Amino acid sequence: MANVSVQGVWKTYAGQPVLERLNLEVPSGQFCAILGASGCGKSTFLRLLMSQERPSRGRITLDGAPLPEDPGPDRGIVFQKYSVFPHLTALANVVVGLEFAAAPLTGRLFGRARRRAEMEAAQVLAAVGLDGAHGKYPAELSGGMQQRLAIAQALVRKPRVLLLDEPFGALDPGTRAQMHALITRLWQETGMTVFMVTHDLREGFALSTRVLVFDKVRHDPQAPEAYGATITYDLPLLRKAPPPALAGAVGAQEEQRS
Amino acid sequence: MRRIINRVPDHMTVVVLAAVPFLVLAALYLAGSAARLAENPNDKLLPAVTTMAETLHRLAFEPSRRTGEIVLWADTAASLTRLALGVGVAAAFGLVFGVAIGLIPYVRAGLASVVAVLSMIPPMAVLPILFIVFGLGDLSKVVLITVGIGPFLIRDLAIRVGEMPRELLIKAQTLGASTWQIVLRVVLPQVLPRLIDAVRLSLGPAWLFLIAAEGIAATDGLGYRIFLVRRYLAMDVILPYVAWITLLAAALDIALRLLSRGLFAWTRVRSG
Ligand SMILES: Nc1ncnc2c1ncn2[C@@H]1O[C@H](COP(=O)(O)OP(=O)(O)O)[C@@H](O)[C@H]1O
Ligand SMILES: [Mg+2]
Repeated sequence: MANVSVQGVWKTYAGQPVLERLNLEVPSGQFCAILGASGCGKSTFLRLLMSQERPSRGRITLDGAPLPEDPGPDRGIVFQKYSVFPHLTALANVVVGLEFAAAPLTGRLFGRARRRAEMEAAQVLAAVGLDGAHGKYPAELSGGMQQRLAIAQALVRKPRVLLLDEPFGALDPGTRAQMHALITRLWQETGMTVFMVTHDLREGFALSTRVLVFDKVRHDPQAPEAYGATITYDLPLLRKAPPPALAGAVGAQEEQRS
Repeated sequence: MRRIINRVPDHMTVVVLAAVPFLVLAALYLAGSAARLAENPNDKLLPAVTTMAETLHRLAFEPSRRTGEIVLWADTAASLTRLALGVGVAAAFGLVFGVAIGLIPYVRAGLASVVAVLSMIPPMAVLPILFIVFGLGDLSKVVLITVGIGPFLIRDLAIRVGEMPRELLIKAQTLGASTWQIVLRVVLPQVLPRLIDAVRLSLGPAWLFLIAAEGIAATDGLGYRIFLVRRYLAMDVILPYVAWITLLAAALDIALRLLSRGLFAWTRVRSG
């Protein structure tokens, strides 16, 4: 699907480096967990991959081509918060992605085209376990269901790369375990390349095939901001599939709550 | 004893408590009016309720001898037309420029400062200019209302658009949305409820500008009538007119609130 190449990338804000000397080759289909202290630049790295920000130095390529200048449907994103549109129902939140593709002028589909888009969206909602919630607004959904919806929305345009910024950080442990099973299954089914920022070491190791740890290696006691973080550990987990325990739990834990 | 901040009146008490100030005001008026009329039956300052009712009946149901129109309705139609045009145009400006300034950095760079400065101009100070440029007819009043509340609406909407979570705009882009599609499907639906709220807030100033402009130069309208009969100390006309304007303003406010509720159900959804 998509291999991502990061070559000598720096990111500075107002002269102060946040990220420095990033070099990374991620083959297609890998699941990279990104760990690191708060404020060390993990979200910044995702913003670079998303084209929300541009590297101050270096370059990033996607399947050998330079990253597009703007965010686009080739790279989906799930944030911890504000990931779904509050004014649209669950179904409409997913349909809207199809409408953007098919209706450049109005951003809306009508009649048969709309019903076809709704059927497609319904399949994606079913895949994340949200069959019963089509007509609900995000505020009516629990935190876990909102993140399921955010994932469904991110998947509907079939991105080659999925970026997750602490997607499960606000969820309780039980819900989080269900979400782990879900994201693992979807990753396996789609073959996307996944980057997931997480605070949770166990989550990182449990889900990914590769763990990247961001940290500062250079320190200047007189000027703590003088240097940025880089990748200090890059651990391939030599695992193409998730641990069997997790894979077995997929079907069992797909139950809904509200 | 429970703290007073924790003591909540029941429904009946709420109704009674809300009615008391109105009853007190009415009683004060009746007592004052009766006292003055007892002293001088020709007193004009606090006319008897019956006098006002007679005047109002004449204004609302009998055609004027001079023009053949029914004065109250003609005045109301003239004023509401001006108000609706002025507020409508201002709201359209507010939406278009507010969204553009809030969403597009180049437009913000170009227009945010000039709108901020223009909004500091006291609208009444430019009324003479409007009379000179647009004449004494309806247009100058409509323009005064637009000039008076437009900058507020633009700035309010621009701020709301700027406050939208950045994540939503990014998310829309990762779904392939163009800027235009983002405006249509993400920004507008989220700021339209706010536009209606902002219009509600600006109705007070809009009425102020309307009445003032009509009072200064007009041939009909609610404000015109009040300022006209002031010369004859006709409190029996002025007071019912003020009450009628208040009623209209309140009705507009309620109508806009209901409209917003009806159109934007999602704003009232709260997780249970
Ligand atoms: N737009 C910005 N302008 C200036 N500094 C920023 C900006 N975005 C992030 N930073 C800084 O970059 C650092 C890394 O931020 P972030 O990537 O959000 O960290 P993390 O996600 O690892 O917690 C922080 O010190 C933050 O203050
Ligand atoms: Mg972060």
